[in-house]
Amino acid sequence: MTPPAGDSAREVILARVREALRAPAEVPHALLHAAVGQPPGTDASRGSPVTAATPTLTILPEEAARPWLPDGGDTPEARLHLLVENLGKLRAVVQRVPTLDAATEYVFALARERDWQRVAWHRHPLVEPLLAGIPCGAHEVGTEGFDKSALEACDAGLTACECLVAQTGSILVSSRTCGGRALSILPHVHVVVATVDQVVGTLADALHAARDRHDGRLPSMLSFITGPSRTGDIERILVLGAHGPKELFVVLVG
Amino acid sequence: MQIKAGDDRLPIRCTLPRGGNPRGPGLDATDAGADTDRFRPTAMITVMTAPTVTASAAPPPAKKRFLRDAAAHVKDTDHRAFVRRALGGYYASRDAQKSRYRDWEHARDAASLAKWSAVNRLDELLPRFVEQFEANGGRVHWARDAEEARGIVLGLLRDAKAKAVIKSKCMTSEEIHLNAALEQSGYGVVESDLGEFIQQLRGEPPYHFVFPCMHVRRDEISDLFGKHLGTPPTDSPEELTMIARRHMRRLYVDADVGITGANFLVAETGQISITENEGNARLTAALPRVHIAISGIEKVVERLDDLAVLLPMLATAGAGQPMTCYNTLYSGPRRPGEADGPEEMHLVLLDNARTAILADPEQRDSLQCIRCGACLNVCPIFKNVGGFTYGTTYQGPIGSVITPHLRGLADWNHLSSASSLCGACTDACPVRIDIHHHLLHNRRNAARTAPNRWERLGHRMFVAVARRPWLFATGGAVFRRLLPLVKAVRPPLVRDWLATRDLPAAPGRSFRDQWRRRGPAVATGRAVEPRP
Repeated sequence: MTPPAGDSAREVILARVREALRAPAEVPHALLHAAVGQPPGTDASRGSPVTAATPTLTILPEEAARPWLPDGGDTPEARLHLLVENLGKLRAVVQRVPTLDAATEYVFALARERDWQRVAWHRHPLVEPLLAGIPCGAHEVGTEGFDKSALEACDAGLTACECLVAQTGSILVSSRTCGGRALSILPHVHVVVATVDQVVGTLADALHAARDRHDGRLPSMLSFITGPSRTGDIERILVLGAHGPKELFVVLVG
Repeated sequence: MQIKAGDDRLPIRCTLPRGGNPRGPGLDATDAGADTDRFRPTAMITVMTAPTVTASAAPPPAKKRFLRDAAAHVKDTDHRAFVRRALGGYYASRDAQKSRYRDWEHARDAASLAKWSAVNRLDELLPRFVEQFEANGGRVHWARDAEEARGIVLGLLRDAKAKAVIKSKCMTSEEIHLNAALEQSGYGVVESDLGEFIQQLRGEPPYHFVFPCMHVRRDEISDLFGKHLGTPPTDSPEELTMIARRHMRRLYVDADVGITGANFLVAETGQISITENEGNARLTAALPRVHIAISGIEKVVERLDDLAVLLPMLATAGAGQPMTCYNTLYSGPRRPGEADGPEEMHLVLLDNARTAILADPEQRDSLQCIRCGACLNVCPIFKNVGGFTYGTTYQGPIGSVITPHLRGLADWNHLSSASSLCGACTDACPVRIDIHHHLLHNRRNAARTAPNRWERLGHRMFVAVARRPWLFATGGAVFRRLLPLVKAVRPPLVRDWLATRDLPAAPGRSFRDQWRRRGPAVATGRAVEPRP
């Protein structure tokens, strides 16, 4: 076929894809009985494709995997327990505090102990109270733009999160609710403040929660943070703090 | 600095000084012409349909180089031991993480299902992804081949009036030799991933597509940093990592364009997913004004939920982690109400012969690959010949399967024999690609399209002999007597085989002769009883 001149690469590639898929692939044995239904337009009695095969799934992969993936905990207590255990293994520091005031005290103590000169923060009901009387400078990451170099010079970034995942010890942050993209990755230390009811079981639960919360209009960035930044590139030896934060503190309120 | 290319349009030129290259076989100038990364539709079609290509008399340069480098590498036992030791920790952590799954094998079925259904519906899902991605404010650019992709990226850099480019790990960019093209056009580009940065300073391509510098010792890295960054020597991996960290931080802030890869493209939501550990990809996509992502068209998955399966399995299979440190979904440039992020986001969608693999229903599942590298880590061939010997962008078993499709079966079929067919790769694959059988399929396809005349002659002669019992017996008798002579003379064909093996002594009589003499009773294992 001769592609239209305007966007020819697109048309050529899509034509190649359509042409390539005219020959149906065999359904893998392991998948055949479990999850793949008849493709539309096939002869159900023989299962042979009449037209191009577009197999449909009767079971979605996440649904099929759910019983077999690592546990996410059935009760809020179990989820909290798993989360704390997983974060510990990832070498994050978890601090559970009863109230937001106690969280403020904890962050104050951290700043004093480590002699932080400047912390970066964003406007959020859980984050703002932490700055009360903090013994160092504060750099706000606002939506009207900020100085990247000044953020780079900050000792720590304080952020909220979307939710925490018990299954993997991950923290989901977004560019809309957690101070944009750089705040949770550029400063040397990342302090996350969350309430215990933000703990969810699995990665799928976290993704569903984010979608519900943003009502179909997802933030331009959603990121699962699983422990402090790390690398094993030198002789496969684990080193924390490759490019992102060297330390991750999770302050759980409630 | 993807200098393994014998790419005639891109003379090798680096702005960074080239480091010593003690272990870079396969990177020398004699490789010119071996690696043509352009899309080769005729070669592809030939593979499937027209058995007209004739074998060239001399072995192709890629094959010759493979044999030479493999022989050299196998003798380097220190290096092999070093690579094995580095992988030791991976085995332990991978198994520990796998044990957290309530059943890894069932989870593999589900992961495979997600990718299988997406690859087989690419015609529907790819346009859906693009529509969603563009609705989110990103721009998609289609590239049929490597040259077109390089042109697109260069055009975007020109439009952005880029002065400094920062790049996070992206194997697709290695595949299209992007760095060399950027440097040739005068753009300074810095690899931010620690392993890739080390390889960039060394002037080498990645040794392993997930662990790019796993073959480099810490003292070599210390010397390298001392030479290029002027840092004092150290033998601490931690201190070496901090040197790179300090060096890079300014560069993220100053770069105007960030280039990343993509691990998954989510059709349902139009997001791209990037998996990493160091945080360099997040910084690359956060601070520069323009974000360019480069991805193969096969990375599409249908649903956001599919990532709830694929992300943890990619981390476990690839690096022995529950999740990698950062798994990030991007759906376009900065939105109103967000603090930061790029003003523009571009995605280059690359075909580069992927549709040729798609057109082969038998090997279509090799497009399910999520590039975790698990098959390399368990492969006895990879561990013994090393990553550079392959001479490919994608090393190891999966590279041996797809490279003949990407670069032509005639020149790259030797990789199909770079396997013991033990199937460790197939067992390790989290998305159940039938890797070792595809190596056999490639051997068969090569025999159909570019038969080896000597091999064919050998088979014909064997058939002629085996069909005539008297000739078989005579041939056997002659051969048994000649064997000591063969051992002494070592003729060319046998010499390679004898280099690492002993030829056993020939028995005095043929098997058939022995069988006849012992009689049927012995043969069936029963004592002979007298008839009543």
